[in-house]
Amino acid sequence: MNVALFVTCLNDALFPRSGQAAVTLLRRLGVDVDFPSAQSCCGQMHWNTGYRSETLRLARRFVDVFADYEAIVIPSASCGGMPAEAYATAAEAAGDMGLVRAVRELVPRVHELTTYLTDVLGAEDVGAYFPHRVTYHPTCHSLRAAPVGHRPYRLLCAVAGIDLAELPAQQECCGFGGTFSVKNAAVSGAMCADKARHVVETGASVLAAVDNSCLMNIGGRLDRDGHPVHTMHLVEILARTWEDGPVPELPLAAGAVAR
Amino acid sequence: MSRTFVGWPAFPRAAAAATQDMQLRSNVTRATGTIRGKRAKLVTERPDWEDLRDSAAALKDEVLAHLDRYLLQAEEQVTAAGGTVHWARDAAEANRIVTELVRATGEREIVKVKSMLTEEIGLDNALEAAGISARETDLAAAIVQLGDDLPSHVVVPALHRNRGEIRDVFVREMGRHGRPAPQGLTDEPAQLAEAARLHLREKFLKAKVAVSGANFLVAETGTVVVVESEGNGRMCLTLADTLISVVGLEKAVPTWRDLEVFLQLLARNATGERMAPYTTTFTGVTPGDGPQRFHLVLVDNGRTRALADRVGRQALRCIRCGACMNICPVYERTGGHAYGSVYPGPIGAILNPLLKGPDDPQTASLPYASSLCGACNEVCPVRIRFTDVLLKLRHEVAEGDAKVKHPVEKAALDAVGAVMEHPAAWNAAVRAAGRVGPLMPRKRLPGPLRGWTDTRNVPEIPKESFRTWWKRTDGGTK
Repeated sequence: MNVALFVTCLNDALFPRSGQAAVTLLRRLGVDVDFPSAQSCCGQMHWNTGYRSETLRLARRFVDVFADYEAIVIPSASCGGMPAEAYATAAEAAGDMGLVRAVRELVPRVHELTTYLTDVLGAEDVGAYFPHRVTYHPTCHSLRAAPVGHRPYRLLCAVAGIDLAELPAQQECCGFGGTFSVKNAAVSGAMCADKARHVVETGASVLAAVDNSCLMNIGGRLDRDGHPVHTMHLVEILARTWEDGPVPELPLAAGAVAR
Repeated sequence: MSRTFVGWPAFPRAAAAATQDMQLRSNVTRATGTIRGKRAKLVTERPDWEDLRDSAAALKDEVLAHLDRYLLQAEEQVTAAGGTVHWARDAAEANRIVTELVRATGEREIVKVKSMLTEEIGLDNALEAAGISARETDLAAAIVQLGDDLPSHVVVPALHRNRGEIRDVFVREMGRHGRPAPQGLTDEPAQLAEAARLHLREKFLKAKVAVSGANFLVAETGTVVVVESEGNGRMCLTLADTLISVVGLEKAVPTWRDLEVFLQLLARNATGERMAPYTTTFTGVTPGDGPQRFHLVLVDNGRTRALADRVGRQALRCIRCGACMNICPVYERTGGHAYGSVYPGPIGAILNPLLKGPDDPQTASLPYASSLCGACNEVCPVRIRFTDVLLKLRHEVAEGDAKVKHPVEKAALDAVGAVMEHPAAWNAAVRAAGRVGPLMPRKRLPGPLRGWTDTRNVPEIPKESFRTWWKRTDGGTK
């Protein structure tokens, strides 16, 4: 199948391991995945800060780069939601009806990663092994922009060896919000502090989510406070198998067995 | 003069101060958490909840699309029922009308209830300038007024105060404005309520003029509807000789049958009650029963401005239930005052710029007072898409007609955008990031980004980006 990975600009520059894990996992599931290198950014930062003309240029770019692929897989719910959420609106406002049509034609082929796994590939148990205590933060965009519902939980529950701990007040925003985190740094920091506290309360050694932006926020706080909780995109957990064994620097989950 | 939000600092500054006030945060967290819990439980009782929300949104849109027709119909009905209707374009005109109406009665002490709109237009200070004292009788509004405080929530204006603080205000202030607080008053809710009852009853029995707001205005009969918990509103609405209701243009609903939809939604969503304890409806004047003079002041004050905004007009559907602020993680950490308006929280973040225009730094800062988490969208009884309106308003500031601009941010985002648009430039930038990564301070970012590192570290920038890895390993195959 002619499948493209839109890795997102954040993952490209700051979290390449998530992109690599996505490639590993998709290949394991029989997907021939391509990375068109002309890709850059979905434009979310511009869109959410009010800069629509720049968003529009990046939307055109996205459509050009990905138009010929059967599926575009995105390891991020917030970036994954952008084409459906923003591109048509931005194009319509600019009177670019050609782009509106192109976006509408493309959007059904754009998939957030976990949705692609469960709904397109029909996978739930992806053959992963991760014998560590994990808590999962459902990011706001995974709840509301590209609603993935229970898919990440279903995927996580099927991971062998995992010890899944429920995150208290999980549906509350971590305070990232893109430029909100610097424009209203005090409020963002206060929200993040509460989220980080809840993460620590779970006793998990790994915090997982489907958005590295939120993980960067929460992880930045955990790191500042000296908490040894690792943040990992969900796909990095799903990509690991029995052959990989446990992650050496992480404590084993209680009752975990190595094969 | 009582305190006002005039000259209030922009949201980031006011909010930063509020996040440091641990007493305030604990009060707001406890209160919003309690209301959220009650609401969530009652909403699940209604299998038709989503249908009710659909109906409410559609009804409000119908009213907003034909506002002229419904308001004229209401005027006709109110007049036929013996009332008088006044139209006010803005705050100054509304204040002048109300002041003149009170002055004509010769009264110097009046009571007020249930009106955020009179707070919006600054009526109390206008009356005071004319030598008229207006005392609030809604309990939470009375607490705010006694404490020379400001409202912080649309349903519970004193939400930011706890029992102990309220007791202190009662003990200190009640005597200066009428009947003093009873000796030995504690912070027990029953005792506080009794103290308020005794203090306020004296006002109700003396006042000849009452000013009220309204939750709804039923156009087909010209009926004003006030929904409340305490019965203080009903005292005002029934005991005074002259009643002046100050009502925003957007409060109209077409018929009594439509009202039914809103009454099913409002109390559940606002306070987590199946029905509001007091729903008072009154139409014009009934000889020998209730106020014998009734004035309805219909106020625009920016509402037609908001109506002209294709995306923003949905904010005028708002029925002031406060659910958006109860669920908002930003509001929970700042309280309402940070928004610098009687309308705080997500609705304040959109309604204030829509009513006033985002032309001063305080108003223009409000659309950014959100992480865009979208929790408000899900609880709104009239399905306001807050995040759509916030984004539209941000666009107005960033690239539209708003007078407030953010030149540094625009330059930065333009530059980033230009790089992202060109494959070669973006490739080079991502590669360069890996090289400068190790040099970057992880605990202290410079310039406008330093807010991040006040409480958070920056992640390490990996030496090899994804695209470099892909190229080097031929897509991870070698």
